[in-house]
Amino acid sequence: MEVSLTVNGRNVSSDVEPRTLLVHLLREDLDLTGTHVGCESGYCGACTVHLDGKPVKSCTMLAVQAEGADITTIEGLANGELHAVQEGFWERHGLQCGYCTPGMIMSAAGMLAENDSPSEGEIKHGIEGNLCRCTGYHNIVKAIEYAAAKMRGDEPAEPEWEVSS
Amino acid sequence: MLSGFELDLPDTLVGVLDLIADGRGTPAVPLAGGTSLIVDMRARRTMPNAVVWLGKIPELRGIQVTQDHVRLGPCTTVSDILNSDELAGSGVSLVRAAEAFGGQMVRNAATVAGNIACNSPASDLVPPLMALDAEVILESRSGSRTVALDRYFTGYKEDVRRTDELITGISWKRQEESSVDLFHKLARRKGDAITVVGVAVNMAVSDGTCMRARIALGAVAPTVLRAKRAESMLEGETLTPGLIEAAARQATEEASPIDDVRASATYRRHGIQVLTARLLTQAWGRLT
Repeated sequence: MEVSLTVNGRNVSSDVEPRTLLVHLLREDLDLTGTHVGCESGYCGACTVHLDGKPVKSCTMLAVQAEGADITTIEGLANGELHAVQEGFWERHGLQCGYCTPGMIMSAAGMLAENDSPSEGEIKHGIEGNLCRCTGYHNIVKAIEYAAAKMRGDEPAEPEWEVSS
Repeated sequence: MLSGFELDLPDTLVGVLDLIADGRGTPAVPLAGGTSLIVDMRARRTMPNAVVWLGKIPELRGIQVTQDHVRLGPCTTVSDILNSDELAGSGVSLVRAAEAFGGQMVRNAATVAGNIACNSPASDLVPPLMALDAEVILESRSGSRTVALDRYFTGYKEDVRRTDELITGISWKRQEESSVDLFHKLARRKGDAITVVGVAVNMAVSDGTCMRARIALGAVAPTVLRAKRAESMLEGETLTPGLIEAAARQATEEASPIDDVRASATYRRHGIQVLTARLLTQAWGRLT
């Protein structure tokens, strides 16, 4: 069946089977492989994209459920230069293997769009649906704190490795 | 990859009711957010021949608060509940449950009717709704009926809903000023975890007497259930620490928890005892 939607600002149509998941439409039909498939059962959050501005897991949705929706993937987050969250992950070493990173960044960006001054606890609440098997959560939280500061127009805190003990 | 199925996207409620009645020779299964159904289909726990998506009918989503009642459309998402100012004043235990529900991505997609219809004993929205005396509105081509949520579940993964019926609303009476509703979820971690023990309490007090007590327990029996004998120990009484402890102990006896990967039955009973007593104490303390 035909599904028409907007992906990263571009109108696209695709002929999909009813059983096609949104993540497979993005990766296989549209070649947007930045959105990862981890568990394909709703646990890990590697497949997180924004649907009409809100983070959702694209592995627990049929492609057809995105009919008419505005989808943003990790490829569409930057606008000429890195999004503040991408910059934060770069500057504060918010990744190790990188598998969870696109989903972590999309969740963080979704959370910061609603609250640009999250506490450490609120950041953890925002990424509770994303698993990092490298268990690199500490730096991920620091990366999101960096992004929040940038988005507010504040100077991000010094990286921990620059702070003398 | 999911097993194949027919998919329909009706844009009217009548269209949905026709399809789930037998529209293509086989009753279609309603799909809302998909956070439970798609996962079950992926794991081959359920393999429907036909699926009908409800997302083309905007009237099915929304929160209506009138003078006397609160009504949730079936496709109201968990995030809608969490972000509702109106519910913060007339169903705060449900808002707490929404906050503890999944992660933000699941909250943005999962719906209240889906959380009821998936029949999970570990549902997070059902205990507070049951403690609020919520009713489920079921509609089919042959009419509609209203079932108390307390009577909706009949056994593990079993309920009173016929396959030709759709949940079209969840409603409850707005609570009087002198009442408190509370919810606590105990799980192995705070975020995005399946509940080990969920307790919801709803209490009304007048002139120092407990006029209404509701205790709903999640993840400790084949269905979410009310501890009705514990409730009746409290109604008409002036609560004391000893009475609260006794009612909490009674609640543990009305549950039938199992050992599983998340917790032992013994731990779950202890959780019921502690959390029921804690929430009853908090509710009584706020109302007296």
